[in-house]
Amino acid sequence: MTDQQPLLHMQGITKEYFGNRVLTDVSLDVNRGEILGLVGENGAGKSTLMNILFGMSVIAQTGGYSGKVSIDGKEVNFQNPFDALKAGIGMVHQEFSLIPGFTATENILLNGEILHDNIVTKIFGPRLKTLDLPEMRAIAEKSIELLGVEISPDTLVAEMPVGHRQFTELAREIHRPEMKVLVLDEPTAVLTESEAQVLLTSLRRLAATGIAIIFITHRLQEILDACDRIVILRDGQVVKEVATSNTDIGQVAEAMVGRNVSAQSAATSDYNESTETILSVDHLWVDMPGETVRDVTLEVHKGEIFGIGGLAGQGKLGIPNGIMGLYAAGGAVTLHKKPIHLNDPAAALAAGMAFVSEDRRGVGLLLEEALDWNIAFTAMQAQNKFLRPLLGGLIQWRDDKAIQNVALEYIKALDIKCTGTDQPARELSGGNQQKICLAKAFAVQPDVLFVSEPTRGIDVGAKSLVLEALRTYNLENGTTIIMVSSELEELRSICDRIAIVDEGRIAGILPPSATAKEFGLLMIGKLKNEENKVGSHE
Amino acid sequence: MNSIRRFVDKAGWPRIIIAMLLLSLFIVAPSVGVRVDQSITDTIVRFGMNGILVLGMVPMVQTGCGLNFGLPLGIIAGLLGATISIELGLTGLAGFAGAIGFATPFALLLGWSYGKLLNRVKGDEMMIATYVGFSSVSFMCMMWMLLPYRSSKMIWGYGGSGLRTTISLEGFWIHILDNFLTIRIGHNFMFPTGMILFFAFMAWIMWAFFHTKTGTAMTAVGSNPDYARAAGINVDKMRTISVIMSTVYGAIGILVFQQSFGFIQLYNGPFFMALPAVAAILIGGASVNKANITNVVIGTILFQGILTMTPSVINSAIQSDLSEVVRIIVSDGMIVYALTRVTRKSR
Amino acid sequence: MTKKTRFRDTISHIFIGNAVPIMFIVLIAFAIPLSGFSTGYLIEEMVTRLGRDSFLVLSLLLPIMAGMGLNFGIVLGAMSGQIGIILVTNWGVSGVGGLFLAMAVATPLAVLMGWIAGLVLNRAKGREMVTSLILGYFINGVYQLVVLYVMGKIIPIKNSAIVLSRGYGIRNAIDLKGMRQSLDKLIPLKIGGISVPVATFIFIALLCLFIWWFAKTKLGHDMRAVGQNMAVAEDSGIKVERTRIIAIILSTVLACYGQILFLQNIGTLNTYNSHDQTATFAVAALLIGGASVARASIPNVFLGVILFHLMFVVAPVAGKELMGSAMIGEYFRVFVSYGIIAVSIVLYSWKRVKERERARRSLRGAKGS
Repeated sequence: MTDQQPLLHMQGITKEYFGNRVLTDVSLDVNRGEILGLVGENGAGKSTLMNILFGMSVIAQTGGYSGKVSIDGKEVNFQNPFDALKAGIGMVHQEFSLIPGFTATENILLNGEILHDNIVTKIFGPRLKTLDLPEMRAIAEKSIELLGVEISPDTLVAEMPVGHRQFTELAREIHRPEMKVLVLDEPTAVLTESEAQVLLTSLRRLAATGIAIIFITHRLQEILDACDRIVILRDGQVVKEVATSNTDIGQVAEAMVGRNVSAQSAATSDYNESTETILSVDHLWVDMPGETVRDVTLEVHKGEIFGIGGLAGQGKLGIPNGIMGLYAAGGAVTLHKKPIHLNDPAAALAAGMAFVSEDRRGVGLLLEEALDWNIAFTAMQAQNKFLRPLLGGLIQWRDDKAIQNVALEYIKALDIKCTGTDQPARELSGGNQQKICLAKAFAVQPDVLFVSEPTRGIDVGAKSLVLEALRTYNLENGTTIIMVSSELEELRSICDRIAIVDEGRIAGILPPSATAKEFGLLMIGKLKNEENKVGSHE
Repeated sequence: MNSIRRFVDKAGWPRIIIAMLLLSLFIVAPSVGVRVDQSITDTIVRFGMNGILVLGMVPMVQTGCGLNFGLPLGIIAGLLGATISIELGLTGLAGFAGAIGFATPFALLLGWSYGKLLNRVKGDEMMIATYVGFSSVSFMCMMWMLLPYRSSKMIWGYGGSGLRTTISLEGFWIHILDNFLTIRIGHNFMFPTGMILFFAFMAWIMWAFFHTKTGTAMTAVGSNPDYARAAGINVDKMRTISVIMSTVYGAIGILVFQQSFGFIQLYNGPFFMALPAVAAILIGGASVNKANITNVVIGTILFQGILTMTPSVINSAIQSDLSEVVRIIVSDGMIVYALTRVTRKSR
Repeated sequence: MTKKTRFRDTISHIFIGNAVPIMFIVLIAFAIPLSGFSTGYLIEEMVTRLGRDSFLVLSLLLPIMAGMGLNFGIVLGAMSGQIGIILVTNWGVSGVGGLFLAMAVATPLAVLMGWIAGLVLNRAKGREMVTSLILGYFINGVYQLVVLYVMGKIIPIKNSAIVLSRGYGIRNAIDLKGMRQSLDKLIPLKIGGISVPVATFIFIALLCLFIWWFAKTKLGHDMRAVGQNMAVAEDSGIKVERTRIIAIILSTVLACYGQILFLQNIGTLNTYNSHDQTATFAVAALLIGGASVARASIPNVFLGVILFHLMFVVAPVAGKELMGSAMIGEYFRVFVSYGIIAVSIVLYSWKRVKERERARRSLRGAKGS
């Protein structure tokens, strides 16, 4: 390390969202020409840290942050992304921010076009300056060249392969001469292997020009190939900072996932020993944007609580969504030895499965309707519950009283805080809304219950209540529960077995007592070089 | 003070303005020589005439298909029913029942195709509804001239061919509902019991429908289509059913309208007929994706009240005819207002 | 690929891409001989109508570029222009001077109308077309109120020739004899017996030049960006709402001038009706010329005006020959206008639904699954 001060210096960053501490005293340095790998699970604080660096309005809107951010020794406090841009921070986000009908040139110089004055500008203002397309083209070409890829500046983004779009985004950030720090958020997620290699090469070329790069990824191979140093975040704190040459994947994985495991309650030692298969999944694929499932094969035992974990975007959420027919899926799924018709939510429900979706507000609730409707609806439609047949079954009349009663039942059983059975669902707190979603699934009395991210966005108090409700339901009714969660600790606290999903496939199945390192290794992806693989279950 | 503010927020300023305007017109009426009992009669009659057309807006709004600007399709079905009934020489109750009977298959067919079309264009339903409505009316303009009607009561005289623009229901089923169990008090007050009973019956059918399993499913579809789909409901099928219902109500609605009005209006008659119905339900408190029968009743009374009172009161007051202008400003203004309310973003 | 297959591919590509105009050409080619009109007559009619209507249709281009779809709100501009003409007639200014004075006077009103329309449409994102349609009806109501009651009573009208007999309110029809064809005939030219409105065509050509140049400016470029993806444009710092409002203001002002040109050619102002079909016919013409809700260019305008008006002129007579009634022909042309708009919107919407589905799948790029 040179004596030069770091290009980017973040000191003691602390951030709270509505009383929830998401970053605690995080300090980070990036030097000129260095590629820093930023690693962590979901919720570790990576996005929040980058939002602070980039001046996103959500930070200021939720109470700002404490700590210092300095660029080249000068303290900065960005209020919006444009200030950050002007100071030389660039960010390539996960979602492409491109105009499909524009050429690469036009996208690279979006709202940064080269303009010339003309007679009209004097009268009607600067927005009527004319574009200098040849000059713009030259700049775009230089930018593309710096990356070392072959893209014609006149190609329309809509006609580019996905990889080229990623490079165009990158070119846009780096065409600015004042670019100092570049942040890349999972840039290789959409690239093929060869494209990823080209990207990493481009990044090294960029670094060689003096730009500091922060590279966010969970792919071990890339960290080792591209980064000079690695910073590992966990639960909002920096747990490890190490040079790539001085570490191995085992250490990185353990740091990422390992925690002081709190003593588990005695009740959970009552593990279900049954090995009778109730649900069998064979070569399942699911086309869920952002959570693609490629090839999953599983067997779930009757009466167990089966956990599915893994990093975001790796496909764990796609599994229940696909089986329950919410997204296009294929493969073979059998319940009670009978095949399940996929792409058909009604069939999944009729077969005896129910699903508490991770998208509580989008799919899980009728926000405008009363909570008793929310609880009773699925059972009514799928199983004809809460209906009174009239005229010899010709008309199915909604039994409002029965609906009210079942709602009261669950309000009591799950301790749902509300003003009455007719309160609109949107007025309840996050935790209580989740309980409504659980009640909705319980009312169907399923044989197999899928629960996705059961405690996401709920405050700490309600979290344990929800998990307890699930555990109780499983014990009392023998219902098989399949729980998908990004919080490993949650899975370890109530599951009998835990599968880890990586790149749309099952990377492995572990008992909850397995070490953090073992879990971390499964999540972080396989290594190209088999020699570095650490033996499991030691 | 707080409860007043909450009431205002919930009701929305345009509704309150319209309600107060209507009230003040009623108050002012006697002083310009307009009889209140006559005005009330007129308002109630117009309510009965338009009620079922407005009722037809509810199913499509509830399933998220938006405001039914394509009501002319239902109206056309009704017109076909009425003209066929007259062609066959049916009169009185048989004529009216016949009109409904012949209109229904057309309404079912048109509603079904219209529903299938709307299912392919989710997100732009209202614009397409409008132009499907306009195109159908223009198309029927040609058809009215070409269809093989023969009845002398309907076609152009002196060896012409094709139907006349307006056809009188005199001698057929004019006022068939209005005159059923009418209550008359003095010269100027009449309560058209038959028509109001019929409206109540149609409203009751709709109320009952939304209390069935299918009706409940339809409400969920409009409230959150993803939720409904996850619960195993065939969203497209529900939407098509709502469009068919809306079209059938449109057909029956225009027949009720005509028996009171006394004339069948062909050619460009139905062209703008969706707008007053849309405006009425919006004034009654509905939004682009939520409507109920209370909205229908309140909205139709307020809207028809304004349309009745403004011309008679203001005309008497300032000796000139403002009715058309008021109708346009109130109805179209209300619709623009509703279109600019931010609603839940559909995914 | 051989030269022959490439040629065939190009031809089929041209056919599919321009299905609508081609269908119309076939239809009209069939109807013209039926109508019995002479080629000379038709050419004369088309020259007149190109001069009369092109400006209005050109005013639709900018909102399409800005992603706001078909701007039925151009009727607001038309009404502004009509108010300008009423005032100018009131002041008794005639000839080309009166024409330009009407434009000047109407401009601030058109800008105001455009600004209001822009604000309303920004509150109705995703529903711009239906909102602009109903807004047009609403403002028409206000216009009628103003012209029927306010003018003559609160706004003094000196010229009694244009006032209704009751003392206030403008007459149903105003003869624009002073202004009639003043711009058309400004530079007289006759080719083969047909009068060519040279000055009007120059005006139209200037507008085309403006539109072509405008696309090369930052504002025009921003508008195109906003039209394709508002979120991305917003993120890059482009002021999306402002840009959209500017697009509508420009469209409204151009429509205002367009309506004035239209009226100077016709020579009569039907105070309460002249603007009724302005939006419908302009939109129909543009679509017939091969434009779509999301894409329109200058050639679409001229091709559309010619095809639309050929159909318009030929339909009644062809109808009489074919079906024995001119009315059928008239109803037919109205049906075609609405029908082509309905079909275009359905196709556009269909495509949007499909694109949304495709985007959801490919956004995060399923790697070779």
